[in-house]
Amino acid sequence: MKIAVCVKQVPDTWAEKKLRSDDSTLDREAADGVMNELDEYAVEEALKLQEAHGGEVTIVTMGPERAGETVRKALSMGADAAIHLVDDALHGSDALATSYALATVLAGRDFDLIFFGSESTDARMSVVPAMVAERLGVAQLTFAQKVDVDGTSVTIQRTTDYGFETVEASMPAVVSVVEKINEPRYPSFKGIMAAKKKPVETLSTSDAGLEGSQLGLSAAWTVVEDFAVRPPKAAGTIVTDDGDGGVKLAEFLATQKFI
Amino acid sequence: MSEVLVVVEHAEGTVKKVTSELLTLARTLGEPSAVWIGPGYSDAAAAALGEFGAAKVYVAEGAQYIDHPVAPRAEVLASLVSEHSPSSVLIASSADGKETAGRLAIKINSGVITDAIGISADGIATQSVFGGSTVVHSKVIKGTPIFTVRPNSTPPMPAATTPTRVDVTVPVSEVAMKAKVTGRTVAQKDGRPDLSEAAIVVSGGRGVGAAEGFAVIEALADSLGAAVGASRAATDAGWYPHQYQVGQTGKTVSPQLYVANGISGAIQHRAGMQTSKTIVVVNKDPEAPLFELADFGVVGDLFKVVPQLTEEIKKRA
Repeated sequence: MKIAVCVKQVPDTWAEKKLRSDDSTLDREAADGVMNELDEYAVEEALKLQEAHGGEVTIVTMGPERAGETVRKALSMGADAAIHLVDDALHGSDALATSYALATVLAGRDFDLIFFGSESTDARMSVVPAMVAERLGVAQLTFAQKVDVDGTSVTIQRTTDYGFETVEASMPAVVSVVEKINEPRYPSFKGIMAAKKKPVETLSTSDAGLEGSQLGLSAAWTVVEDFAVRPPKAAGTIVTDDGDGGVKLAEFLATQKFI
Repeated sequence: MSEVLVVVEHAEGTVKKVTSELLTLARTLGEPSAVWIGPGYSDAAAAALGEFGAAKVYVAEGAQYIDHPVAPRAEVLASLVSEHSPSSVLIASSADGKETAGRLAIKINSGVITDAIGISADGIATQSVFGGSTVVHSKVIKGTPIFTVRPNSTPPMPAATTPTRVDVTVPVSEVAMKAKVTGRTVAQKDGRPDLSEAAIVVSGGRGVGAAEGFAVIEALADSLGAAVGASRAATDAGWYPHQYQVGQTGKTVSPQLYVANGISGAIQHRAGMQTSKTIVVVNKDPEAPLFELADFGVVGDLFKVVPQLTEEIKKRA
């Protein structure tokens, strides 16, 4: 089975994120980069399927030079190889451009399953997996809390507001995962050493056969007019419980007409 | 007036509250036409949509549209957009809604903005990003603008009308049928409002200490008619089910009132609740960062403060 896992480097989850004043894109220099948390769950699920069914796991990422750190992390977890699409022309790409670039890189490589985390912690759009499925014309199995493979058929539990849907498809398919699916492994020392020797294919946009007119900030389908950092909220009333904290809270809620 | 498509969110034939919010918002942009996809359209649904000003309802009725996730919905919408050239398309910011918007954007080669909390008459969307720390104004510059809108961002205002029903039949393509829903499993219904739509959310975190501790959180929630939420620390510890997690990797909520109990307020959690209108914090640690966001905070033991609050609310009811 050939499995791809698309991963994204994002600013550290615990860091305060900000936009750049020059072009309103995410300031990726302002914080350490880490692998998007939900993508770790995607890598883990791919590795588990590989352990059970054999095959190869390839990491795919799009991002600046330093996103190579995230590729190494995924390889240290146990993936076999990686493709890193890196080009200044990609800077500022929106979801449409990102899905176009990823779909183009993935097409023609005969992946049976293409994994994603269901959301990135920076953009938080949750649209790219569905968009890649749309572009590739393959089944969309997203928001998976469980994945089972049987021969050429794959079944997931799609998390919904009320529980889950069981969704089935034949491979190839795009799968995105939610965090309750597994517990991602930590890279072992051996894994970290082995990762240094694993092949990483670096592609420019022209290597990948991408059209510049569809990529980057200048091609974006949306534009940021302006942004503002919200001023810190005015300090509220903080009381210490002297045995009547609940009553005081009720009084506050009453003045606000909640009760 | 230009037509604005509003995709109806419905469950078991009932129109969800977020749809009345979207119709209200759509009236400031043009003339709203609701789009009902799937089985279960009824006079009651028509009335619910008419109450908030849907001039027309496009009804794509049939199980084929919901027996395959997302893709058929995008096909129905793409067909409506090409036939009626609306000025924009509004969809609720649910998982299905966002994915539908994404696929539609590719089909009609149009820009998409997710998680808008407002849209001006000239199509500029407001988003609150990075856990509410930054407000962004942006617009779609190619194609028919597609917006997904967060629940609870527009107060629903009635503007009663009687909608015209327009039946539409869009054949579902083979590609869209590649993934098939073979079962639906409903988790134990707790009888409380939907977390993402609730006007009041009462949450518990690490300070709750154990699964049993959530009984006091639930009791407070029930006294307020609220939904229950949990921080990641609480769901990871197995004290409360994952689907109730509020935060960066869970649900984003924006209720009128958010009551956080025993939650310190790491960015992980703040990202999911920072845009709540009124925030109340109960925590025994006076240094808990969430107090910075609190409109009202109590430094104290939640197992003393919360039950007392619940009693007080019941007394006043």
